[in-house]
Amino acid sequence: MFARTAWLVFRKDVTVEVRSRETIATTLFFALSAVLVFAFALVKEGRVVADAAAGILWIAIAFSATLALGRTFERERYGDTLRALMLAPADRPAIYVGKLAGVFALVVAAEMALVPLVAFLFGAALLQRPVLLTGLLLAGTLGFLAVGTLFAAMLARARSRDVLLPVLLYPVTIPVIIAGVRGTVALASPVPDEAMALFWLTLLLFFDVVFVTLALWTFEPLMTD
Amino acid sequence: MIDFDQVTLTGVGRHYGRRRALHDISFAVRAGEVVALVGPNGAGKSTLLSILSTLVTPTSGQVRYGSHTAASAGAPLRRSIGWLGHDLQLYPELTARENLLFFAELSGVATPGTAVDGALASADLGDRADDLVSSFSRGMRQRLALERALLHDPRLVLLDEPFTGLDRTSTGRLASRLGDLAGQGRLVILATHDVLLPTDLIATAVSLRDGRLAGTQSGRVWATALRAGAQGER
Repeated sequence: MFARTAWLVFRKDVTVEVRSRETIATTLFFALSAVLVFAFALVKEGRVVADAAAGILWIAIAFSATLALGRTFERERYGDTLRALMLAPADRPAIYVGKLAGVFALVVAAEMALVPLVAFLFGAALLQRPVLLTGLLLAGTLGFLAVGTLFAAMLARARSRDVLLPVLLYPVTIPVIIAGVRGTVALASPVPDEAMALFWLTLLLFFDVVFVTLALWTFEPLMTD
Repeated sequence: MIDFDQVTLTGVGRHYGRRRALHDISFAVRAGEVVALVGPNGAGKSTLLSILSTLVTPTSGQVRYGSHTAASAGAPLRRSIGWLGHDLQLYPELTARENLLFFAELSGVATPGTAVDGALASADLGDRADDLVSSFSRGMRQRLALERALLHDPRLVLLDEPFTGLDRTSTGRLASRLGDLAGQGRLVILATHDVLLPTDLIATAVSLRDGRLAGTQSGRVWATALRAGAQGER
């Protein structure tokens, strides 16, 4: 029943997004705009600050994921459907997993456009080890969104939610961003350091386990007032 | 699913920081009754409905659903509660059928397809089943939302200002449906201040003022007094 509930919520979110295309459009536009701004600021006469690409990639992911989280729960708040979800006689942690999966799919879709753009604009060899890079991106995105989904759901009914979400989210997820950046730097160097990238990937997976477990544990008490 | 014939509130209170939203509320609702929570804006009606729905925990006192409490019963108790809020809790990007099917499956309804067909017929929306909810009028959405709240056959039905924004025809239709629910032995609790309600719908009116119980009276007495007051203001 747990997996079924999570699947129902995920399928509903995907259907709504496919019909409105609202969140993916704003997330993608924001992510690409951020990368372009960094490109204008940091690329001079074809030369880039060393290791800038990895940092910019993860900053763009963090900012656009925050936007996606806000939009996803704004939609649930608008018609008070979040209350209907919480009142449904279903496992509340499963509802959290469904929402997490929905926003995860959205951000991963944005990353598929973001990575080639950053590689092109900053001349970064991001795709030398595509499997490891994919692992870093998936694990980092999951860790970031595991906390983000919990906070966005908690703040959905708060008046100053747009301000509070990044204020609460970024300090907690700094370890994820640092691990993602360091792992990506290791992969994008002229001679890819696979061992270092694997170390950061393992650390990211550890963060994922911790954050997802804590979120599953705290979602129900935090959502009931 | 947990069955019960009575909901009893004993000394229920709720604080938000230093603000006291509800204080020492006690009354009971029996099966087959429609009880109205009445009072001005900010009286605590919605907070009390949220407590009854189990989404908000009282800071003092307790609510008993038969012999159960929200803390002891959890998800099975939620299966016995239907909620219709002022915001109608529907996804405008989904069709009427998709909305109902989603909530039916989420609620673990045994035969969701059959339940949804029945709900669409009850809402008189069979011919608009595959239209997006965003294209519906307020009255149509209200009918659909009520059926969404009833899909899992709840024992306790909670409604927050269900008549707001409805024309006279839709109001009469909703009142008739609520009367039917009470006739089926369900417990119906609604927050309202509507003067157009049929006088025989409400069994008991529970008046709240500043979060306190201001009194209870029969629905007929309350509605008559409300209408007399409304006419006096004209």
